[in-house]
Amino acid sequence: MKILFSFFTVVVLILLAYAGVNANMHFLFGAVIPYIAVAVFLLGFIYRVLKWGSSPVPFRIPTTCGQQKSLPWIKQNKIENPSSTLGVITRMFLEVFFFRSLFRNLKTQLYEGPRLAYGEAKWLWLAGLAFHWSFLIIFVRHFRFFMQGVPSVIKTIEGLDSFLQVGVPLLYMTDVIILGAVTYLFIRRVFIPQVNYISLAADYFPLFLIFGIAASGVLMRYFFKVHIVGVKELVMGLITFNPVEMQKMQEIGVIFYIHLFLISMLLVYFPFSKLMHMGGVFLSPTRNLANNNRMVRHINPWNYPVKVHTYEEYENEFRDKMKKAGIPVEKES
Amino acid sequence: MATTAKPPKPEELSKIDYKTPKKNWIDTPVEFKPGMYCHGSRAKYLEIVGFPNPREWKPGEEDWKLPENWKEIVIEGIKERLEKYRSFRLFMDICVRCGACADKCHFYIGGGDPKNMPVLRSELLRSVYRKYFTVGGKLFGKIAGARELDLNVLKELWYYAFQCTECRRCSVFCPYGIDTAEITLMARELINLLGLNTDWIMGPVSNCYMKGNHLGLEPHTIKSSIEFFLDDIETVTGIKIEPTFNRKGAEILFVTPSGDLFADPGTYTAMGYLMLFHELGIDYTWSTYASEGGNFGFFTSNEMAKRLHYKIYAEAKRLGVKWILGGECGHMWRLIHQYLDTWHGPADFLEVPKSPITGTVFENAKSTKMIHVAEFTADLIKNGKLKLDPSRNDSLKVTWHDSCNTARGMGLLEEPRYVLRNVVNHFYEMPEDTIREKTFCCGSGTGLNAGENMELRMRGGFPRANAVKFVRDHFGVNMLANVCAIDRATLKASMEYWVPDVLVCGLHELVGNALVMTGEKERTQDLRLEPLPGKEAKE
Ligand code: SF4
Ligand code: SF4
Repeated sequence: MKILFSFFTVVVLILLAYAGVNANMHFLFGAVIPYIAVAVFLLGFIYRVLKWGSSPVPFRIPTTCGQQKSLPWIKQNKIENPSSTLGVITRMFLEVFFFRSLFRNLKTQLYEGPRLAYGEAKWLWLAGLAFHWSFLIIFVRHFRFFMQGVPSVIKTIEGLDSFLQVGVPLLYMTDVIILGAVTYLFIRRVFIPQVNYISLAADYFPLFLIFGIAASGVLMRYFFKVHIVGVKELVMGLITFNPVEMQKMQEIGVIFYIHLFLISMLLVYFPFSKLMHMGGVFLSPTRNLANNNRMVRHINPWNYPVKVHTYEEYENEFRDKMKKAGIPVEKES
Repeated sequence: MATTAKPPKPEELSKIDYKTPKKNWIDTPVEFKPGMYCHGSRAKYLEIVGFPNPREWKPGEEDWKLPENWKEIVIEGIKERLEKYRSFRLFMDICVRCGACADKCHFYIGGGDPKNMPVLRSELLRSVYRKYFTVGGKLFGKIAGARELDLNVLKELWYYAFQCTECRRCSVFCPYGIDTAEITLMARELINLLGLNTDWIMGPVSNCYMKGNHLGLEPHTIKSSIEFFLDDIETVTGIKIEPTFNRKGAEILFVTPSGDLFADPGTYTAMGYLMLFHELGIDYTWSTYASEGGNFGFFTSNEMAKRLHYKIYAEAKRLGVKWILGGECGHMWRLIHQYLDTWHGPADFLEVPKSPITGTVFENAKSTKMIHVAEFTADLIKNGKLKLDPSRNDSLKVTWHDSCNTARGMGLLEEPRYVLRNVVNHFYEMPEDTIREKTFCCGSGTGLNAGENMELRMRGGFPRANAVKFVRDHFGVNMLANVCAIDRATLKASMEYWVPDVLVCGLHELVGNALVMTGEKERTQDLRLEPLPGKEAKE
């Protein structure tokens, strides 16, 4: 149900773009919607991050995953239990770029006995890493459409990405990897019972959407071979706020508009969805704080006075008993 | 009182069904199973600390006697907390439901109830959050994973908030560090707004508020309990110890959980402290007012936790001590380490802790001014200040349980191990994936260590116990050592159930046994008054 719902939503989106372009709405799909999408994405993203930021971090609560800094002769784990800013930056770097925590993943299994065992479980980590990195590389590669010349960095990346030197045009490895990784992530969501059980439509939808984007991109590059110069002109027109005229838009094949429309939808959807983990990971208080709690006092901006039971009240209640037991008191009566 | 269901036999309990139900979780109403939840709090406990809605009620009954506008209270409560805690707001938003945390929770591993997967535990509340606080949830409802808050949902939140021990194991594995404990903390705060607390938590809270400690020991009782230990110490060592109470001008205030003054095997740990401090001759005092290091208030609300922990600094100030030494406890140390200074600091009336014996200055506590007794003792041993005879513990094959809070909310891993290696000759680690930052909860933390929810406790304790069983079978381990007062009470029950021939002890019990004291008689007994190895025949 959730899967079908998500799947058909993406199908409908594709049909929309197809129908729109056939009805000559090139300007809508090639300019208006992309503009709106980018605006929604940027504003939405910023809004969400500011919203998180508006809630304070009242307590310093890092999850410590290694030895603390205490006595000088005990070796501290400076990354998994950082006490300095450098340590925190390293920890965050490993988290963001290499998914350190996910790398720890284990598979808990119960055998006869009963005996619990914890096996290696690195596939999720690997697929996640493959997916995110190829997404990033593909994104960077697309800058060839956003810039006048093609910067040498991008050429280098393209060169590396196509080093297998197969096919015409040359096959990019990331194109294959991203499709494979998304497929794996989808399959595990469907077939691992626990993951299936916790999944929402909001988990399938982005997978289908991204699959659609990647697949349309692949079709465009390797099979339909759209009018690439026209695409660059159109994109350059958009970013210089000077869209190309209708006729040029019409020269580009419909598959391009499908690709562009799905991307637009991803951008619109992004700030409202779990995809915001991209920004959120940087703000996570269990990871981005140093475990220097007893060294440096953390201030809670809303710390307020509370009702307490004072020593005086305590002694008043127990004075006689204390005196009888020979425990010193402040007042004799 | 509701029925106290006896848990099924271990053979039965360990047949765990991890199959996920056919029906969507959102459409599956909560079912209250006897043995899996605690009694509701008596009205008087709520009244003592001024909590809302005091009344007699039973969680298993239909009518929870809620205030008319309970729904508004909860929604308003969520809103307030979203604004106060970035962790809460962020963790409501960024979970991708990757499932990496799913099989990391001891309650899920030991029970198989899918709502005990950390991610789903969070989704219970997150679905309500979506409904009332997000565009998608308001527009699309169920397909967006959102649901109305109704009585059934509230009951579900309650049931599963008390099947999480806030151990943070899930947080170690989450790619965004989502800490389900933070979400459970919030759920329990909401529960607290409606007076839905449990008896086993509220009893200690009200005791601690009025009398200074969870057990409600009055000043003279604290003194007499300790005097009782002194007699035993004298029997074992021939040495008469005279500790002081509420003494002004002492250099160090010693604060420890009250549980260790009350029941075995924690009492032996308390004896260990007394012997160690006596042998060192340090200038320290106990306090009958600050007689609790633990804090069950934390299991109701942040505010209550702050109210209870007030007395530690207050007492240090009143007595004019220089710094504070803390005993072995788990959640106590999470709070001292990550909360105390923020709540009640700056403790500028104290000095940076400095060991009077070794001169070591504990720079790691230069703001909070409180150190852990394992840090203190490790430093003593490293500097050769203790005469130790580990062979006195030779009848023991020891393994080490890292408490959740000291492992994942502090990082106290090597200090106790260093001490342990110096006081015993036979020490074996449990499998790597069950210790240190990946350690398993005892299964009964955060105030779940009641009697009526024994099945829940034994299920939650299963992964820890199973790792103990492993080292027992492989190395003949017969003692499970730890630095936590709750562990000493709860692991004892869990071992009796799962691995009956393994006993439980605190670190300083073993220190007390190994410690060679000046002027002691030849020891023939350990602190449990059992014959020492090789001394059995002499009787
Ligand atoms: S590991 Fe983190 S992101 Fe993944 S399901 Fe669990 S809480 Fe969500
Ligand atoms: S904090 Fe511990 S008990 Fe709670 S959900 Fe996470 S692993 Fe389970």
